[in-house]
Order: sequence, then C-alpha cells, then structure tokens
Amino acid sequence: MPEITYREAIHDAMVEEMRRDPSVFLIGEDIGTYGGAFGVSQGMLEEFGPERVVETPIAELGITGAAAGAAMVGMRPIAEMMFSDFVLLAMEALANQAAKARFMFGGKATVPMVLRLPGGSGTGAAAQHSQSLESLLIHIPGIKVVMPSTPYDAKGLLISAIRDQNPVCFVEHKLLYKSKGEVPEGEYTIPIGVGEIKRPGTDLTVVSTGIMLHRCLSVADRLAQEGLEVEVLDPRTLRPLDTEMITASVKKTGKLLVVHEAVKTGGWAGEVIASVSESDAFNYLDAPMRRLAGKDVPIPYNRLLEEAAVPQEADIEAEMRALLTNQY
Amino acid sequence: MTEQIPFDNQATDNFLEKADSLGLDNARLVEMLKTMLRIRLFEEKANELYALGKVHGTMHLSAGQEATAVGTGFAVRKGDYLINHHRGHGHFIASGADLEKMMAEFLGKDTGYCRGRGGSMHIADVTSNNLGANGIVGGSLQLAVGVGLAAKMRKEDRIVLTLFGDGASNEGIFHESLNMAKIYDLPILYICENNQYGMSASVNRVSARTPFKYRAEAYNIPGYYVDGNDVLAVYEFAKRGAEHARGGQGPFFIEFATYRYFGHSKSDRNLYRSKEEIDSWRTHRDPIIRFEGNLKDAGVIAGEEAKVMEQEVVKEIDAAVKFAEESPEPDVATLEDFVYA
Ligand SMILES: Cc1ncc(C[n+]2csc(CCOP(=O)(O)OP(=O)(O)O)c2C)c(N)n1
Repeated sequence: MPEITYREAIHDAMVEEMRRDPSVFLIGEDIGTYGGAFGVSQGMLEEFGPERVVETPIAELGITGAAAGAAMVGMRPIAEMMFSDFVLLAMEALANQAAKARFMFGGKATVPMVLRLPGGSGTGAAAQHSQSLESLLIHIPGIKVVMPSTPYDAKGLLISAIRDQNPVCFVEHKLLYKSKGEVPEGEYTIPIGVGEIKRPGTDLTVVSTGIMLHRCLSVADRLAQEGLEVEVLDPRTLRPLDTEMITASVKKTGKLLVVHEAVKTGGWAGEVIASVSESDAFNYLDAPMRRLAGKDVPIPYNRLLEEAAVPQEADIEAEMRALLTNQY
Repeated sequence: MTEQIPFDNQATDNFLEKADSLGLDNARLVEMLKTMLRIRLFEEKANELYALGKVHGTMHLSAGQEATAVGTGFAVRKGDYLINHHRGHGHFIASGADLEKMMAEFLGKDTGYCRGRGGSMHIADVTSNNLGANGIVGGSLQLAVGVGLAAKMRKEDRIVLTLFGDGASNEGIFHESLNMAKIYDLPILYICENNQYGMSASVNRVSARTPFKYRAEAYNIPGYYVDGNDVLAVYEFAKRGAEHARGGQGPFFIEFATYRYFGHSKSDRNLYRSKEEIDSWRTHRDPIIRFEGNLKDAGVIAGEEAKVMEQEVVKEIDAAVKFAEESPEPDVATLEDFVYA
C-alpha cells in the first residue's frame, strides 16, 4: 500500500469527494492560492475554481453560518477554521443553528456539513492558537465529533463525514500533518462512531486518539519488551463514542487509563470513564479508572512550559506503570 | 473593481513648515526616525534569531509599516490605553517598550514582558496601560469598547488607541465595536493598518467597498484614508484623532495605507503577490528611506548622522539579545500560576 501523509489523506478525501459529488464545496480563509494555513487544500483552487473553493474574508461566524445555510438547502460544505481555536467565534452558527435545526424543525431539516478544525499544542503558537476544544464540542447534541490519528483513519473518516447527514466537527492535530501511514488507493470509508483496537493487549486498557495515541503506542511498545501488554484503543470518534469497544476491553483487562491532550476538567476522558462506570464492565475493574490529560492551564509559549502542559511519553509511561503495578 | 480613492492627506512642498505646524521640532523628528530604525532593526534581529531556532512558534513581522507605528505612537500620550494586534512589534516599540523585556519574551524567558507565557504575539505591559497584542483577529476591536466605557465612566483623561488590520475589518465584531463606540461616544482612536493583504487575501477581493473610512462614516464616525508610509501624515491625522477623542467628541477612525515586506507569518511562501510588487514598495515607498530623505533635504540631519543613529540602535538591540539569552527560563513548577487571580 502506498504511504501518504495525514495532510495528503485529508486533501485526497476532499478532492475525491468533490470530483464525485458536485454539491461538495470548500469554504474558508486562505484556502485558495495559499493552500490553507497548513497546506491541506493545495492545488484545489486550480482544479475546482473559485466557485467551489470559496475563499472568504476573515469571518469565522460568517463562514460557519454560510456552511450551515448551504447545507440546509442541500449542499455539502466543508468549512475550515484556520485554527480550531477560532471555532469559538463560530459557536453560534455551529451550536445554535447547525446543531439545532434538525431537531427544532421536527426532523425535517438536515445539515450535512463538515467543520475542519486543526487543533492542539506543540508548535509554540501560545494560548490562542493551541487549544484542544474537542471536549467542548461533544457537549452539544446534534453535532458529531471525529478525531483521526492516522492518515488511513483521516481519509476514511473524512469521506464518511462529508457524506453524513449531520454537522460533523473534524478535529485534526497540527503535529500530525507530516506523519505518514499506509492508505489504499481508491475509495473506502470508515464508519463514524466505530473505534479501533490499535494494539491488542491483556493487562491494561488505554483509550486515546490524535497525537496522544501515538505517544501511548510507543510507550506500550516499550512496555511490551518487559512483558507488560497494554491494549490501546482509538475511539476515532468522540461523539458518538464507541462504548462497546471500550467496555469489552475493560472486561478483559480490568484496568482503564484515558489519555488526552484537552484539559482534564470537563475533558472527554470523563465521559469514557462514566460510560464504563454505568456498564457491567464496572464489575470487572481491578483498579481505579484514571485520566491523564492536559493540565488545567492555557497553553504557554515557552517550550518547556508548553511541553509540561500536556502529556508527554514520560508522563504516560509513569501512569501506565502505576496502573500495571497497582501503585496509584 | 473598487474605487480608487485619493488619500485625505495633502502632499507638502515645505517639510519643515509642516513639521512645525504640527509642533514637531528637530529633536522630535530625529527621535521619530530613530524609533523607525529601532523597529526595523529589532525585527530583523528577531527574524535572525528565529532562523537560528531561538524563537519558538511563529512571528508576524511589520517591516514596511514603521511609519504607521511611529506616527500614531508619537501622537498619543503616555498613559493612554494601547490595544494592539498580532502585528504589533512596531507599536510597542513606538510606545516606548523596553527592548530587553521584549526580546526576552521572544525567547520565552522568565524576564520577558509576559514571563515567557505569551511570546511575540501576546506582548503586553498592563501596568502601563498597554493591554497587549492579540492572537485573535479582531480581538482589539472587542476590548476597545469596554476600555473606552471604563475611561469615560471614570472621567479619565485617556484615549484608547486601537489597532487592527484590513483583514480584521471584515470580522463582524468590527461593526459591533464601531456602532457601540459611537452611540456611547467613547474616546477610541481606531487605527486600521491596511497593509493590502490579510494573509493571502488582497483587501479588495474580500472587502465589498474600500477604503474602510466609508464604514466609519456609516456609523457616524469621522473616517480618513491616509498614506501610512508618510510618517508626518500619519502623525498629523493621528494627532487630530487623539484630540477629537480626548475632547469628548467620540470615536475617530483612520485607515493607513501601507505594506508588509515579509510574509504574513513564518509559513508564508508569498504566492499571492509578485516579487515585483514587494520590490516596488521597498524601493519607491519605503517609509524609512523616505523620512530619512526628508530630514536630509530639510537639513535636520546631515552627513553620517543617520549611520551613527543606526549604530546606536544596533547596540541597544545587541544588549537586548544579550539580556534575553542570559535570562533564565521560567520554572516548570510555576506552570499553573496565573490561571486565576
Ligand atoms: C479570528 C482569527 N481568524 C483568523 C486568524 C488567522 N490570522 C492571523 S492574522 C490573519 C490576517 C490578518 O489580517 P489583517 O487584519 O489585515 O492584519 P495583517 O496580518 O495584515 O497585519 C489571519 C487570517 C486569527 N488569528 N484569528
């Protein structure tokens, strides 16, 4: 299978869907000649022209509201927030309009739009350009939240998101754009709401996605050399959450750790743990369920502080070892 | 096509007469030139440090826009509020920033203006009413109204110098801000720095009508469109605006036409504009070359004076770099400080 980057995977998904379906279009800031702030839409203006690659003024509420409106009348917009942080300016259109229309109108409207959100820290962009806001988004009924960690997942999930009948927030991680992975040629989709066991194991269940998944996997590989078998699950979608996969794994291992970059308080790890608490998997637990998450701070500029603000491999390893050795 | 509207400032034949009428004596004029040089050379140094990997993240350089920064900065008073935007190095320096603390912040050091938490995009000095640069386009426009309200309620003799770009002028908050400022007649000096592009978006492609002064007029706010590379013209209009706002007549709006030489940020490949266009602004409309020429022609400076000035500025900047490099990193144990008061 050919290897492509996460950036190319997202690009290819958009291009292929735009070729297939004339109702799909892009809307956002600097997505034309500039190719998007992270280069994801490079070359798309040349192929599809300015009518389908709609370059906007700096107007996040305008972009998201326009996407919602177009979606309500049958188009399938892919809107881009240059940085996920700017979804906060677009929250009205997303949460009060796009998320509500179907329900408020008695099931008669659909809002099939995608909102692409490059998020996360690690680039020195400081507090207003580094947030992980996915946990905020899952609190809103009516929108789905997808967060891919590999090129394969990114492409398959983005195609599903574009074809979905609902508003889908597609959370990308800036540090992953250059990461590579195998992606088959030709069309495939990954269903929204279905997670994947990224590494099977028997001793501890770890749930993670985005950049953190990779850190968890590399720690798990190291621990395997000592005979400690960690099962790493990637939910891939945060809403709806694949609770079946998670509870099944916890029943097997008896221990759960959730790792995410978003700040701990109100973070989605709480949802994962609550879903296990409410299920029969609770009876199988041999240890407290734990969270390792971003500190409850805005992301600092200084490199050392920035690293300390979100889980690094050493932190993950310490947490995994604590649970594996019953020292928590 | 948008209309080609002439500038509201008049060309002058007699430079010194004009400077005199604005209350600028020779010493002040020389200080203005020196400040412009300080901005240019400070940014060049920061750019160099970035290339060496010493500055983390990204940077928004303002080279080419020094006249706007200096003309406005010199027209307001110490103690006036400054609300800056992401391309704000020049405005800080024009308002008298401490280069050491500024450079230390670029390097993320504990001695920086924001103790290494903010970086180049968020430099602030709240104790001197400098409310910081903003990473959110249009952020300054949001805060300005509240600062203006507070100043008015407390009957302060202060105005609110509010900076933003042409790009920010297309955010919805622009309209909310101007309308509110006018209905409460707040002491806000709105400065739109039109450097022709918001990232890759040329101003006329994304703005239904330019110049933006028409939008100010729609809210009953006096609006002007001025050559932002002519530091005297910038000073003249900014001073007029500051007097208007300070005199209780409400907000005042000026759009300064200028140009940024470097890419938008560090990831910009400049595909949306031609090299010829950049070169033409650099050679024919550079604000520093122009002002230096004016001062020489008028006999305000002579011979090697500009060179000497430059050397002095280089020394200041080198000292700032030394200070920054020798300063400590913030202690990681303090990560959770400052989240709450
Ligand atoms: C709300 C928001 N949207 C988008 C961005 C990304 N961004 C940063 S600066 C910029 C261009 C701003 O243009 P302008 O206001 O004209 O200022 P300039 O950069 O030209 O000085 C963009 C799109 C941002 N920081 N904040």
